[in-house]
Amino acid sequence: MSDDEIQNDGYDQALEAIENGNPYALECPEGHQSMPPRRVCPECGASDLEEVEIPLSGELLSYNVTYVPTPDFKDDVPFVLGIAQFDNVRLTGRVKADAEDVEVGSAVEVGLGESETTERPLVTFDLA
Amino acid sequence: MASAHIAGVGMTEFGEFPERTGRDLFGEAGDTAIDDAGIDREEIDALYVGNFMGELSENQGHMGPLMAKAVGIDAPATRVESACASGGMAVRQAVKDVRNGEADVVLVGGVERMHNMGTTGATGGLSVAADDLWEIRQGITFPGAYALMAQRYFAVHGGDREDLAHVAVKNHANAANNPLAQYQTEISVEKVLDAPPVALPMGLFDSSPITDGAAATVLVSEEYAEEHGLETPVAITGTGQGTDNLALAERDSMVWTPATEDAGQEAYEDAGISKDDVDFLEVHDCFTIAEVLALEGLGFYDEGEAITAAREGETTADGDLPVNLSGGLKAKGHPVGATGVAQVTEITKLFRGDHVNSDAVEDASVALTHNAGGTVASAVVHVLEVAE
Repeated sequence: MSDDEIQNDGYDQALEAIENGNPYALECPEGHQSMPPRRVCPECGASDLEEVEIPLSGELLSYNVTYVPTPDFKDDVPFVLGIAQFDNVRLTGRVKADAEDVEVGSAVEVGLGESETTERPLVTFDLA
Repeated sequence: MASAHIAGVGMTEFGEFPERTGRDLFGEAGDTAIDDAGIDREEIDALYVGNFMGELSENQGHMGPLMAKAVGIDAPATRVESACASGGMAVRQAVKDVRNGEADVVLVGGVERMHNMGTTGATGGLSVAADDLWEIRQGITFPGAYALMAQRYFAVHGGDREDLAHVAVKNHANAANNPLAQYQTEISVEKVLDAPPVALPMGLFDSSPITDGAAATVLVSEEYAEEHGLETPVAITGTGQGTDNLALAERDSMVWTPATEDAGQEAYEDAGISKDDVDFLEVHDCFTIAEVLALEGLGFYDEGEAITAAREGETTADGDLPVNLSGGLKAKGHPVGATGVAQVTEITKLFRGDHVNSDAVEDASVALTHNAGGTVASAVVHVLEVAE
């Protein structure tokens, strides 16, 4: 991450944890999980949230093949984007595979990569 | 509860006008609506303006005062932003003002200038309706988000791109003779399936276009209409709004839209109707899959059942439940902040008999508008009825 990048407290640390192979979510006493930054649980409003590990391995719930990007991804297309489930949280990220090798239900492993256009960090899914 | 009566409507041609400013577009739509209402513009008590991304497209925020003067009125003026539901949310504020007695006459409009941004620029501008951290920074676009919903729908409920293509074919057929529509051309299923990819499974003809345009309507109280001898053949009798988690990944389901369900239920109860009373409707078909999810969320089809509605002819102009007789966002065009207002102006004309497709709804008395923001994190529904 470049030094002049605006820092987003909570998000940046969560990405770093993904990069280090120990991703976490925030959990409230009712067991609702969400991704940071959060002051309160988005489901019930509880304020005592704690970091809990989430698994590296998840299941791909859906994917697309993006051809028309936002300006921040103009050199990245085409790419596969997916949503995957990791226990009780879901993440959106770049599927590092050719579209023909991807299907709904594929097992994936979460990691950290970067945009080829901006070199900003992003969530990645490798096919397991 | 009291109704907000529609005294007049106006809409610019929807299309590709990169040189036209937002104020010019809004001025035309607003002026047309005021003329159509036959009221003195000094009578207007309030203005609401729906707009999503003026800051990004033309370096213009604070559109309330700007648009008030674009139509030559001197009234409290407020912009309403709720992504692609900005227009419908602006209508909702106007309806509330008229119903609660805050105002007798309200001008509500919406406007969006998009083509001057180019395709990539507009894609980036629209993307800010998503979650910056966990969606935009991962590369999501709106075609991409709806592609995720479509792919999930196929996996959970079945159906395929060809089913969805029939939605596009239907809406293009409805727009073919609409002089204000962006695409006045019929298309075939083959053309939809062979179109360039945007974000598969969404292709170019699954997607609403980039559109410049504006729409406006004058709402008045029933008492005001009577006192001033205004003809108001159509009234807004119910309004409802729903909100959901912003990010698609935060939802319990990617193929069920609770915001639509909530907005619909509230609007039906507010108007004292059931969905079975509805004769036709305009829904937010920003992508073909979006029309399917809207029809299910509004209760017209069970979950997983609406994907064949267009193919089976149930929602075509001559079907049991015509959907998007204006051409919808798909073919009429989708100047995002104007869309929710344009749905109201088109239904008003359909009821009044001065719309090219009015013949399809000759005996109709109840219609709906459904306008959504983002991946339906926001939804707003209005019930329109032929006034007694």
